[in-house]
Amino acid sequence: MYVYDEYDQKIVDERVAQYRDQTARFLDGKLTDEQFLPLRLQNGLYVQRLAPMLRIAVPYGLMSSRQLRKIAQLSRDYDKGYVHVSTRQNIQFNWPELAEVPDLLAELASVQMHSIQTSGNCIRNTTTDQYAGVAVDELEDPRPWCEIIRQWSTLHPEFAFLPRKFKIAVCGTAEDRAAIYAHDIGLELVHNAAGEKGFKVLVGGGLGRTPVIGSQICPFLEPQHLLTYLEAILRVYNQHGRRDNKYKARIKILVKAMGVDAFREAVEKEWAVLRDGPSTLTEDEISRARSFFTAPVYQSLDAETVAAALAEQCSSDPVFGNWVKRNTVAHRVPGYRIVNVSLKATGYAPGDITDEQLELVADLADQYSFGELRTTHEQNIVLADVEQGQLYGLWQALQKAGLATANIGYLTDIICCPGGDYCSLANAKSIPVAEAIQARFEDMDYVYDLGPLELNISGCMNACGHHHIGHIGVLGVDKKGQEFYQVSLGGSQGKDASIGKILGPSFKQEDMPDILENLLTTFLSLRQEDEAFIDTYRRVGIDPFKERVYA
Amino acid sequence: MPRLIRNGAIVEDHGPEVLDLEQWLESTERSSRAVVLEPGESLASLLAHIDEIPMVLVNFPTFMDGRGFSYARELRERGYKGEIRAVGHFLRDQLTYLSRCGFNAFEFDDESELEEALPSLADFSEAYQASVDRPQPLFRRRAK
Repeated sequence: MYVYDEYDQKIVDERVAQYRDQTARFLDGKLTDEQFLPLRLQNGLYVQRLAPMLRIAVPYGLMSSRQLRKIAQLSRDYDKGYVHVSTRQNIQFNWPELAEVPDLLAELASVQMHSIQTSGNCIRNTTTDQYAGVAVDELEDPRPWCEIIRQWSTLHPEFAFLPRKFKIAVCGTAEDRAAIYAHDIGLELVHNAAGEKGFKVLVGGGLGRTPVIGSQICPFLEPQHLLTYLEAILRVYNQHGRRDNKYKARIKILVKAMGVDAFREAVEKEWAVLRDGPSTLTEDEISRARSFFTAPVYQSLDAETVAAALAEQCSSDPVFGNWVKRNTVAHRVPGYRIVNVSLKATGYAPGDITDEQLELVADLADQYSFGELRTTHEQNIVLADVEQGQLYGLWQALQKAGLATANIGYLTDIICCPGGDYCSLANAKSIPVAEAIQARFEDMDYVYDLGPLELNISGCMNACGHHHIGHIGVLGVDKKGQEFYQVSLGGSQGKDASIGKILGPSFKQEDMPDILENLLTTFLSLRQEDEAFIDTYRRVGIDPFKERVYA
Repeated sequence: MPRLIRNGAIVEDHGPEVLDLEQWLESTERSSRAVVLEPGESLASLLAHIDEIPMVLVNFPTFMDGRGFSYARELRERGYKGEIRAVGHFLRDQLTYLSRCGFNAFEFDDESELEEALPSLADFSEAYQASVDRPQPLFRRRAK
């Protein structure tokens, strides 16, 4: 993974010092609430319903065991001993003291971490595929490019006060696991007709109040131009994005208002000035970035022997066998598997993890996966490089700690924002809805029979729970001071991305498990063979579901 | 005589008369009049007269409006060498960003803040991006 040099460290240290001064001036009354607000937001600090919430950046989801241990320690020293993995692959603290945040950040800086631009109207953490570098369907590892973008976007002087937040995602695989069509800018590593690598550039995707699927603005961008091209897009947005209405301030609204062709033209015009300038990437820099993401020293394993041994273990311990089937994924290196650590056990808030679990995962990463791990936008953790012969030992350790729920990609692997229990923006609670649904569908045979199913829950329009792109989406709404839930169907986050369609009038919290059951029964009655929910939905449309639920 | 920060020092101002963009474009004495830009105005008309501009003021009606940052950078990228002065409601916490975008003068609403604000110009000694004050991005400067 990327390792700071003296320059990176200095930048982060200087931001901690600056933020310490800003906090002191705020506490002294020298900065007003209004002035301090964007300054603290740009450093990841929200003031929430019960306490401040601090969002720590996990660049493209990659962490070392040492960093994870630090997070565990900080969660004990400054918080209540647990943290939350967000849908931006970041880590959130829920209860730090505002006055202590500078100290917390100084400790984070000691392990090359920070909270820069995890909130506010600026360029946020760049996200990518949680299986980057080990996926079987990968054209090229997106992480060096994410790191290049991370450096370019960190404390960018021109783009710190944009009309609204700005999110970039990169993917390098056939299957899009980074939701690039739902980002302000989506980048896909592609080959052109001549076999050269470059980027397909999408712009103007996003969720929130007005969900939009991104439009292609450039079919093939040569890699050395990545930063100047991004800069041209950002400049057009900075100058022309709406600032009079925060609900119309995202780039998607600008792209729609101008039309994608006119927007492209404006970008090309800016790019003409910036192109081939000093920000043009050099071969040296691209190689330097790549040098941090080389393959670890894998054992040379005989795939067939290893597979036979694993099959044997799976059949003699079916619970283990089931976990291997549900929670592990093919690895590009023979004899290895990618392991998903589920943070979706029934009875716990989706994405939450305690200090002890963090330390255990850090130990397991050291023991089984070269000391690295990834957070995922589905709010789980990935150990990317596990020898198949060691899966059993890993599973036993995870199981003891409640981290082996075999539900990755199934109904109960719910994406869920912190919601009204924590967040002051929320219209409604989201965690109790997730928990009630998990509790209702405890029969895993039933859950597996449903096939792959994404259930995404957001507590408000801001859509942190990505409800628009869930096969089933749930949105908390406020009706005359009461919490209700609107259901949408047919969203999808892949390359065939789509925005879910609203089913109809919203429901009460206590009715949600029944509504889900009704929808799922309808699905099973309409399903052909082993069809996935999303495919059935696309075949039959929303009406049969509507008729049944509102009957 | 108003006081401001110019080229890293607190100075008294002896600037020219200031016109808004429309007035300046119509003026027959452009080369001895400063022009003030407001967010949302198009830079294109000004760029056509780039060699005649003695001084540009960029107004920040609120410090959250980041359009002024792009104005300064675009002017510098197109070769403007004169003074670019931030006026209005910007914060000292923005000084490094502003100077990296090409601002070299800062006129605060409240002159009494100047002494305290001055050190903020040095909040950051290093940066990743190419900028007006340091045209080579860090990746071209890193020790090999």
